[in-house]
Amino acid sequence: MNYKSRITLDIVFKVVFKATGYLVLALLGGIFAMLIYNSISFFLDVKPWDFFTGMEWAPTAKSPKYGMLPLIVSTTLVTFGAMLIAIPLGVGTASYIAIYAKPRVKNILKPTIEMLAAIPSVVIGFLGIVFLSPGIADLADLPNGLNALNGAILLAIMALPTIITVAEDAIHAVPNAYKEASYGVGANRWQTLRKVIIPAAAPGVITAIMLGVGRAIGETMTVLMVTGNAALMPTGMFDSVKTMTATIAIEMGEVPYETTHYYALYAIATVLFFMTLFANIVGEFFINRFRKYHAV
Amino acid sequence: MKTKLSAQNLNISFGTKQVLKNVNVSFNENEITALIGPSGCGKSTLLRSFNRMHDLSPDANINGTIMLDDLNIYSKNIPVTEIRKRIGMVFQKANPFPKSIQENITYGLKINNLPHGKDVIEKALQEAYLWDEVKNDLKMPATRLSGGQQQRLCIARAVALRPEVILMDEPCSALDPVSTLKIEELIKHLKKKYTIAIVTHNMQQAQRVADKTIFMYLGEVMEEGPTDQIFNNPKNEITTNYINGYFG
Repeated sequence: MNYKSRITLDIVFKVVFKATGYLVLALLGGIFAMLIYNSISFFLDVKPWDFFTGMEWAPTAKSPKYGMLPLIVSTTLVTFGAMLIAIPLGVGTASYIAIYAKPRVKNILKPTIEMLAAIPSVVIGFLGIVFLSPGIADLADLPNGLNALNGAILLAIMALPTIITVAEDAIHAVPNAYKEASYGVGANRWQTLRKVIIPAAAPGVITAIMLGVGRAIGETMTVLMVTGNAALMPTGMFDSVKTMTATIAIEMGEVPYETTHYYALYAIATVLFFMTLFANIVGEFFINRFRKYHAV
Repeated sequence: MKTKLSAQNLNISFGTKQVLKNVNVSFNENEITALIGPSGCGKSTLLRSFNRMHDLSPDANINGTIMLDDLNIYSKNIPVTEIRKRIGMVFQKANPFPKSIQENITYGLKINNLPHGKDVIEKALQEAYLWDEVKNDLKMPATRLSGGQQQRLCIARAVALRPEVILMDEPCSALDPVSTLKIEELIKHLKKKYTIAIVTHNMQQAQRVADKTIFMYLGEVMEEGPTDQIFNNPKNEITTNYINGYFG
């Protein structure tokens, strides 16, 4: 290939990659603009105050009610429950793999856990209906086990691979020098893990948790299958709940085009978008706080 | 001179690779002993075996005896954490914890359930010639200190535990000449209270600080003796060639 065509090729690929880069940005911007545009249409019909604080979600009733507070509380409840289970399990497993496990055990465990992420959410939901639901119903003496607890447990399982993989990488990446320094003054593995390794790996561990939260908030199919989908204000983990994602997924297929109900689903999606954004910002804040002690 | 620390018939291998071959050495109380030799001769491996750092490598295989006074440090009924409290270590690259200066000192004290008040912190930093430079910034992240200060902090962290032996693995190799000089002065001052074993690549450093020098080559101890004798009147031909810089 001569010099001139090499130069041309270089320019061609520069343009191609620039185009793909901007295309992705345009797609994101477009999605955001579409959400905002349709939400505005909704808020022309319904007062924002009624939307955010209304206790009743009944868009198909004779006089429709668009109160999404039960949906926000449901999503928060399920996500919070999932994290309550997934964070200790995930960080514990990550620590075990990174610090305690022998190389052979680690070589089996890590790929196995990563494979857990490949199970389709509908299969997890199916397991929730078939195994978890009767179990919960028996234990809590309920007619069925399709409730927030069921959703939280399944979401925890789904968030675990992400949390474990990312947290393990972070813990593994803590410089050996820190570990040696800690062992060198007589610390055992538990003390080293708790007081040196986890704090040093904190930015990565928090990132892992935030990715898990993002996964849990955004997950749709599993929660749709196992939480019962009653759009009522939940009073505890044993209540049936309808999350924001499930609401959109269930109702979007049947809603008449460009009605208030249709726009309402966009408004829910916008709220969801800001919730995940908020989770990311909080994560970023903590990551920066821990970076202070690290060498530049 | 009383022997504080010694190795008898010590063999260490990693997997199939034998790194130390039948090593017999001793370190006298309140003396500085330098371990010298070309890269890969096993001097760091030997040093690290004295506070059982190889326990962390699953493929390390250690045979032989290492005695601290009358105690075999590899005997089953003695916890490794107890050994590491009595035999402190300073590493090649300064490795303060990503915590404040003060927490770097108190960390080891808390772990070992020792008092960790202001006076203890001050004493450790004084002993490491660091107090005057940091006394007003004890809450500052240790990573903001200069390289030489960080290494002195690591020494302070080690002496805070009142160990009996301090192992130093090329503590000055990453430092400038001024910081190196400060650390060398510090080491000479520390030998009044502690027994010190120092691995060094720098033969001038060994001559400046060490009472006794051990020359190692390919995993074996070639020669050991008073520093003057090793450098001015070596008995072994390989030692002669090494200290004259014919290889290294």
